[in-house]
Amino acid sequence: MTATLALDSAIAPPNGGRWAIEAIGIDKWFGSVHANRDVTLRVAKGSIHGIVGENGAGKSTLMNILYGYHRADRGEIRIDGKTADIGRPADAIALGVGMVHQHFMLVENFTVLENVLLGAEGGALLADGRAKAHAELERLGRDYGLEVDPDSVIEDLPVGIQQRVEILKALYRGAETLILDEPTGVLTPQEADKLFHFLRVLRDQGKTVILITHKLREIMDVTDRVTVMRRGAVVADLATRNTSKEDLAEQMVGRKVKLGGDKAPANPGAAVLEVQDLHVADDHGKPRVRGVSFNVRAGEIVGIAGVSGNGQTELLEALGGIRPAASGHIRLKGREVETRRPGLTARVLRRMGLGHVPEDRHRMGLVHGFAAYENAVLGHQDAKRYRKGWLLDRARMVNYCGDWMKGYDVRPDNPLLEAFSFSGGNQQKLVVAREMEHTPDVLLVGQPTRGVDIGAIEFIHKRLVAMRDAGKAVLVVSVELDEIMALSDRILVMFDGRIVGEVSPETATERQLGLMMAGIAEAT
Amino acid sequence: MEDAFLMIVTMASATLRVATPLVLAALAGLFAERSGIVDIGLEGKMLGAAFAAAATAAVTGSAWLGLLAAIAASTVLSMIHGFASITHNGNQVVSGMALNIMVAGLCPVLAQAWFRQSGQTPMLGQQARFGPIELPFAAAVAKVPVIGPLYAQVISGHNILVYIAAIAVPLVGFIVYRTSFGLRLRAVGENPEAVDTAGVSVSRLRYQALILAGILCGVAGAYLSTAHNAGFIRDMTAGKGYLALAALIFGKWKPVPTLLACLLFAFADAVQIRLQGVPVPGIGVIPVQLIQALPYILTVFLLAGFVGKSIAPRASGIPYLKER
Repeated sequence: MTATLALDSAIAPPNGGRWAIEAIGIDKWFGSVHANRDVTLRVAKGSIHGIVGENGAGKSTLMNILYGYHRADRGEIRIDGKTADIGRPADAIALGVGMVHQHFMLVENFTVLENVLLGAEGGALLADGRAKAHAELERLGRDYGLEVDPDSVIEDLPVGIQQRVEILKALYRGAETLILDEPTGVLTPQEADKLFHFLRVLRDQGKTVILITHKLREIMDVTDRVTVMRRGAVVADLATRNTSKEDLAEQMVGRKVKLGGDKAPANPGAAVLEVQDLHVADDHGKPRVRGVSFNVRAGEIVGIAGVSGNGQTELLEALGGIRPAASGHIRLKGREVETRRPGLTARVLRRMGLGHVPEDRHRMGLVHGFAAYENAVLGHQDAKRYRKGWLLDRARMVNYCGDWMKGYDVRPDNPLLEAFSFSGGNQQKLVVAREMEHTPDVLLVGQPTRGVDIGAIEFIHKRLVAMRDAGKAVLVVSVELDEIMALSDRILVMFDGRIVGEVSPETATERQLGLMMAGIAEAT
Repeated sequence: MEDAFLMIVTMASATLRVATPLVLAALAGLFAERSGIVDIGLEGKMLGAAFAAAATAAVTGSAWLGLLAAIAASTVLSMIHGFASITHNGNQVVSGMALNIMVAGLCPVLAQAWFRQSGQTPMLGQQARFGPIELPFAAAVAKVPVIGPLYAQVISGHNILVYIAAIAVPLVGFIVYRTSFGLRLRAVGENPEAVDTAGVSVSRLRYQALILAGILCGVAGAYLSTAHNAGFIRDMTAGKGYLALAALIFGKWKPVPTLLACLLFAFADAVQIRLQGVPVPGIGVIPVQLIQALPYILTVFLLAGFVGKSIAPRASGIPYLKER
């Protein structure tokens, strides 16, 4: 086993240092799912330790065990060399372990100060801890460059600052080891760089950082050591300087992967989706899309880049006919689309040749309690080929679905299984299959690979490019810059409800895109 | 002029009397809902408490023992609700409603078994009830124009539970906004995960909130059967628990606005009693049923139209399950 070999070299901490955290022989089951299999992880004090793995590899489970959010079924945790019994987050906090979760654990209508105080109030009355926390926040802000206005309300703050509050929460509680779970998912590249700079400062002051990510570039950039997990087990534990992105990717997936598929230049035809001065508001009536115009031509992939929450969601929903537009025009294959009346529109659009892979497959892409075959025809259930008179033809639907599951590599390929029993990647492949197999001329795709493992990403990207090569128009909205760069023939950048520029993927740099996404630079 | 003033004084006094159980129950609901538990069981807890208070007072002759019994009964009912909805993640509305139905049936049955007075408790004598308290100087200032009668007849002369309700409002406000417990309480109703990851037990907080709700509902119930009335009668809460819930929503889950909402509902009730059988100029006598419906009609109108945006605690109604 390479795993044991790789681990052996790391039994003693480097440079005569100490282990900050050791997890030894951890096993964890969720029902019949073996989420952690005999996992051993050792993190040296004063280092940045990366943990990579695909979705469902067990990274978050392991961290939640270290943080006391879940309890391991078997195994031992040592902190500073001493065996620790961590049954609740309070135990972990007391032992100097802090965690910044992927979804922020903040009370949105509380102020920064109240969030920091929560659970560490320091007395029965709030007034007792308030002054102390105020002073302490100021000190932490100065020492680490983490300035935040303690009296601002969380929901008014941008995500980058919210994350800062999470880090402050941990430091305020005296964290010596900081665990960050996918911290860069919501950040622009510049914000991520700032975060990494800060993590280095922490390390240099002797704190320990555990960074969980699926972005290999981040691992290479910032970590000292990296542990690779696959299907619940540790498969490698390496010094970062001795490895490479390609090597790590292979370890994660268990086979060679091609990062960033090759594709032939696009051969675009006529514009089939035309958007003119579109304005869309969100559920609270707040304008989210503020005058957007663009075209998508047959035979090209247009990518919309942007930090999440800049109007992409509402734009996609308006184009898909599930959210009324406030004003503006949408033309699909030359025909004006009635945008102001929701409801019937999505169905009409489907008939006109629009496919839509929604951003949030859990909420909009699938009905979780329905079988795969039911999900596979949803939205097209009126089509003649699924019907026997006025009844649905179950056998036919199952047949079609079975074929698509084979064609799109959905595993297990059993059309009778309920949607929730598939993994994220396979659910997404099922949604993609449904939308593509109903032969749209225009395909809208929101976050095509969110929560999807590398193998499935590769596959979905290949299918999208194949659609384009077949002369269809594809509009991709994604917060993953790598994905936008790899797929698009043209990139539009959205910021604050407007398209702030168009760039070509050949000439664009990540830095330039990042600045545009932050609303700082215009397209050149 | 003299008459109109006297009427105002009488109505204000009646408003306070009617508002007391509403205020107590609404504050109980405030604790529960701020912690993330929809407390539709206020009605049942109050009714159960009313019965426990009346039964105990009837047997022991002590209103105070009745109050203790009421608090105990209501807290036990609250814990049943908590066991179903916190420990076992049951649906909060369904389990709360079950509580209401159970209590509505159980109390008359027990009353019948123990007292054999067609499902009621025996009429309580003065000693077994909370009597009016005259505040200091009430008699002395009574003669002073305007302020005198207001102090002597509106502020003074209520039973102790009315004053407890009055003190409860600032007290609850203090607990919710100025204490660490209050911070955690508000947080757990908004984002229980944040509380859990901050090292505080979500279940424990919610149970604590339900205990406080139980105590307040207990006082409200005791008020109904041993202060406002002189004994327990079947369904004597008559929807006050739901009205309190409406006041809580109308008051946006904040103590003072909730108090004002309760006073408004109570005032509508006082008007309603006043209007019964009195001919209204130009209209004549309005049917009693219509007048009695007034507070409820008001509720519907207020909740439907005038509340504006009343945003509930975000996690309210959702059992807390750890994500994998």
